[in-house]
Amino acid sequence: MPPVDVRAAVLSNVRLSRDYNVLTIAAPEVGALTEPGQFVMLKTSTSSDPMLRRPFSVFEVLRDDLGTVRAISILNKRAGRTTGLLYDLDAGDTVSCLGPLGLPFNPPAAGEAWMVAGGVGLAPFATLAEALVALEVPTTLFYGARTGDELYYLEFFDRLGVRLVLCTEDGSIGVPGRVTLPLEASLQALGGPNEVTLYACGPEPMLAAVARLSAAYGQPNEVSMERTMGCGLGGCYSCVVPVKHADGHTRYVRSCIGGPVFDGATVVWD
Amino acid sequence: MQPLDLSVTIGSLELPNPLIAASGCFGYGLEYEEVVDLALLGAVATKGLFLAERQGHKPERIVETPSGMLNAIGLQGIGVHRFISEKLPLLRQRRARTIVNICGTTLDEYVEVARILSDAEGVDALEVNISCPNIKEGGIQFGCSLDGTFSVVSAIRKVTTLPVIPKLTPNVTSPASFARAAEDAGADGISLVNTFLAMAIDVEQRRPKLSNIVGGLSGPAIRPIAVRMVWECRQAVKIPIIGMGGIMEARDVLEFMLAGANAVQVGTANFVDPFIWTKLLDGLEDYMTRHQVTRLADLVGAVDTQTPARAHA
Repeated sequence: MPPVDVRAAVLSNVRLSRDYNVLTIAAPEVGALTEPGQFVMLKTSTSSDPMLRRPFSVFEVLRDDLGTVRAISILNKRAGRTTGLLYDLDAGDTVSCLGPLGLPFNPPAAGEAWMVAGGVGLAPFATLAEALVALEVPTTLFYGARTGDELYYLEFFDRLGVRLVLCTEDGSIGVPGRVTLPLEASLQALGGPNEVTLYACGPEPMLAAVARLSAAYGQPNEVSMERTMGCGLGGCYSCVVPVKHADGHTRYVRSCIGGPVFDGATVVWD
Repeated sequence: MQPLDLSVTIGSLELPNPLIAASGCFGYGLEYEEVVDLALLGAVATKGLFLAERQGHKPERIVETPSGMLNAIGLQGIGVHRFISEKLPLLRQRRARTIVNICGTTLDEYVEVARILSDAEGVDALEVNISCPNIKEGGIQFGCSLDGTFSVVSAIRKVTTLPVIPKLTPNVTSPASFARAAEDAGADGISLVNTFLAMAIDVEQRRPKLSNIVGGLSGPAIRPIAVRMVWECRQAVKIPIIGMGGIMEARDVLEFMLAGANAVQVGTANFVDPFIWTKLLDGLEDYMTRHQVTRLADLVGAVDTQTPARAHA
């Protein structure tokens, strides 16, 4: 399905902390088409400053009691100009929302699903968890953040029946340290290869570590890559990821149309 | 009321309207087939092609700047042979009028790429990239020298009957003299401008924001300079001009045409709004209706420089 562009009203903006917010926008046309792992390109201004849209994973697809899609949300973390503007929006403001875009996650061929999220990398996993639960795939979320205050939506995942393994760098909740620590321990406890499919989103060193661990323990994995993106449709060639191809050559692949979800085993990590 | 005529001609190239997707901003066109009917555009200028496949630069490849952006993609591309076998047949199927942007590291490469494309079915014109600011060994060495511009254009002219349209750089003191060199060499038209060589620095990290250190500035930030250059070139040459630089709406298309452009290219704006094409066409028709212009081409170079416009607050 081709993407659509809608001028969407902000329905709510829940500021989770000084940096994080969940912005809910009335873009049901986009939400109805969205598959887990896909993204939207958002523009806060109608002027040319800031000019370009910015990519965001669709966080939630929100339905009413009858199951009709009413809105989508994004999980935003203030980092630059547009993310700052998105943090400051209020109900009634509008944003341009182009989507859904990109390749979605693929469900596991067999066995369990393990989602690995670092910080704002939680974003694609709410919709993925819902889809996996609907497919009756046993699902675990390994979720790491700097502090316990920055672990969000735990109740949402808990209610879905997702097993949670939490991790904080300051040790305030869950396993102290990086999320890859409990992940590796769990991988070690597996009986053999191809028992779980890993899905990862977060800082690039975390993605590289997940891809490396997946390979070491013989488990398939998909990573959702974040890149500076100009257009989201394959026009500008800015969002490239180096990918090893079947012919042995490494080529830059546009993450907007060849991703943002990649087979972690094919990505050439720095 | 007569029907509105938006058609324009660039040499032997007849386009139903003046809107061309700018090279480097529209992939090979097919990326956009789901959001825009490619036949609706005046033409599609495809991403620059060398003889061989090309990797391009490492990321970061773009950075946004006030009302603009820098890019240093480094001409990533699939090479002329894969383009002909994989892209051109589909562009023909979609009835896209296709202007193929060609590059070379040497004069011989330009000529070879032009010759190969001249034998292919479905190429409507060649746009000769002698102005990419981002690669050392590429066409800019030709595009920044009058002799170089003349020699590339005349060498390509000898091997093709397709319209030859060199794309000129703004990074010279007098683009008009380069326009004249292109005309003297037998060009059917000229495209201008390519991006302005520029730089952005992250002051916290004290590092350049682009991996290539410098890149090309595009977007509305450059529009007034590009309009001035089109206007200067219009005084200097008779051949058609394809104007570009920061076009975001129909008013901007008209500004370039009044300055002397026969057609325009839209690049950066397509990133912001991939559905822009129908909005631009609607805007042009609205202007023609309001101003009782039945033939859009009548506006080319029609700016009245005798009297400045009344100022509006």
